[in-house]
Amino acid sequence: MDSVQVPAPFEYERATSVDHALELLRQLGPEARILAGGHSLLPMMKLRLATPGYLIDIDGLADELGYIHEDRDEIRIGAMTRHRELLESPLLATQVAIFTDAERVIADPIVRNRGTIGGALCQADPSEDLGAVCSAISAQTVVRGPDGDRVLDIDDFHRGPYQTAVQDDEMLLEIRVPLRPRSGSAYEKVDRRVGDWAVAAAGAALSLDAEGRIAEAGVALAAVGADIACAQARDELIGRVPTNDVLERAGAAAAAACSPVGDQRGSAQYKRHVAGVLTVRALRRAVARAQAEPEG
Amino acid sequence: MQVTVAVNGQEHSRQVEPRMLLVHFLRDELGLTGTHWGCDTSNCGTCVVLMDGEPVKSCTVLAATAAGHQIRTVEGLEVDGRLDPVQEGFREEHGLQCGFCTPGMMLTARALLDRRGRAATLDELTDQEIREAISGQICRCTGYATIVRSIRWAAERERLDTKEEV
Repeated sequence: MDSVQVPAPFEYERATSVDHALELLRQLGPEARILAGGHSLLPMMKLRLATPGYLIDIDGLADELGYIHEDRDEIRIGAMTRHRELLESPLLATQVAIFTDAERVIADPIVRNRGTIGGALCQADPSEDLGAVCSAISAQTVVRGPDGDRVLDIDDFHRGPYQTAVQDDEMLLEIRVPLRPRSGSAYEKVDRRVGDWAVAAAGAALSLDAEGRIAEAGVALAAVGADIACAQARDELIGRVPTNDVLERAGAAAAAACSPVGDQRGSAQYKRHVAGVLTVRALRRAVARAQAEPEG
Repeated sequence: MQVTVAVNGQEHSRQVEPRMLLVHFLRDELGLTGTHWGCDTSNCGTCVVLMDGEPVKSCTVLAATAAGHQIRTVEGLEVDGRLDPVQEGFREEHGLQCGFCTPGMMLTARALLDRRGRAATLDELTDQEIREAISGQICRCTGYATIVRSIRWAAERERLDTKEEV
C-alpha cells in the first residue's frame, strides 16, 4: 500500500464509556489521541502531521456525548454532537443562531454527518469555524481528567494554532453556551467553494441593556491569523448604542488587528479587507436578532 | 486486528491493520469495487457509502470504526434483481458519463430520499435540496444537470409508487 495515502501505523482501542476512555488515556500516556468523528484527525494523520501511537475511538460514546439541551441560563452541547445535529437543532436556531449560520457553511453535508464539535475544537485549526463561533459567544468547555472536571473559558481552552489546554490524560466532554436576555449572534464566511477552508470568516455576538446599549459583546475571526478572539473590535462596542458608525469602527478594528497570510485563497490585503467587511455584516445581523428578541 | 463489518446486510470478518480505511476494506478485502477511491482527502465524495443509512466518506472512516454499524454500498442498491429507483433514474436521465462519481452520487441520493420518506413530507423535492445534498461530491463530466434530473426522476417515481400503495 505504498502509494496509498493512509495514516502511519497505530494501535487501536475502542472506549465503551467516558471513564474507560480516561482510563485508556492514563494507561497509554502521551502517545494516545482520542478519535471522535475522525474528520480532523484522520486527514492530519494521512499527512503525517499527527502520528499518534494509539487511537482511542470514542465512536461508541456518540449517544452519551451527543446532545444539545437547555439547562437554566445556558445550553449544553456534548462533545460528540455532530455538525449535522448542530445545524438541525431548533434550540440553537432560535437561541444561538451563530451555530446555524456557521454549520450551513462548514465543510459539506457528508462531512457534517461525521465531524463533531469536540473534534473540531480539539483540533484547534485557526481556519476552523466552530472555534470562532465558541469564542464569539464566550462559551465554556468542560474538560475531564483523573482529578475531575475543569471548566475553562474558550479563550483559555485555545492555546494557539493546533494547541489546546486539554492535557494528555484529559478529554473534552461538553461545551456550555451562556444565554443572556436581548442577545443575538451571527456568522459570516467567504469561501471559494463548498468544503473549502474560509478565505476569511467572522463571528459576532452581543447583548443589549435596557437602554439599547451593548452590554456584552464578542467578535472572533477565523482563517486570518492565530488570534481568534478580537478584543480590539469588542472594545469598540461595549457600552455603545449599536449605530452603523459603531459597527463600522468595530469592523475596522478587526481588520487592523488580524494577521492574515497571503496564499492561493487571496492576498493578505484582500483577506484583511474581507475580515473587516464580514465583521460588520455579522454584527449587523447579531444586532437585528438581539433587537427582535422579546423582552424578558 | 480482527474487524467485523456488516456490509449490505452480511457480516464480514477480516484480519487487518487498525489503520485500514473503510474504502480499502470494502475494495481490497471484500472485493466490493463498486465503491470508488478518489481523492483520499474527503473532498471528492466518490467513496461515499451509507453508514446506518447516512452518507459518509469511506476514505475518512476507519474500518475498525465501521464495525458495529450497518454499511450499504452501491452493490446493495439492487435488491433481488430489481434496480433501485435511484439507479433507474440515473439510467433514464443519463446521470452518468464516465461513471466514476456515480456510486457515491447514487448513495447520497438514496439517503436523501429515505430521509424524506421518514419525514413523510409531501413537498416536491427541489433542485436546491438535491444540489445541497450532493454538494460534497464532484462530477467532472455532467455539469451536475443530469444528476439532479436523475435524482428528481427517482423522487417522482417513489412518490407515485407511494400514492399507488395508498
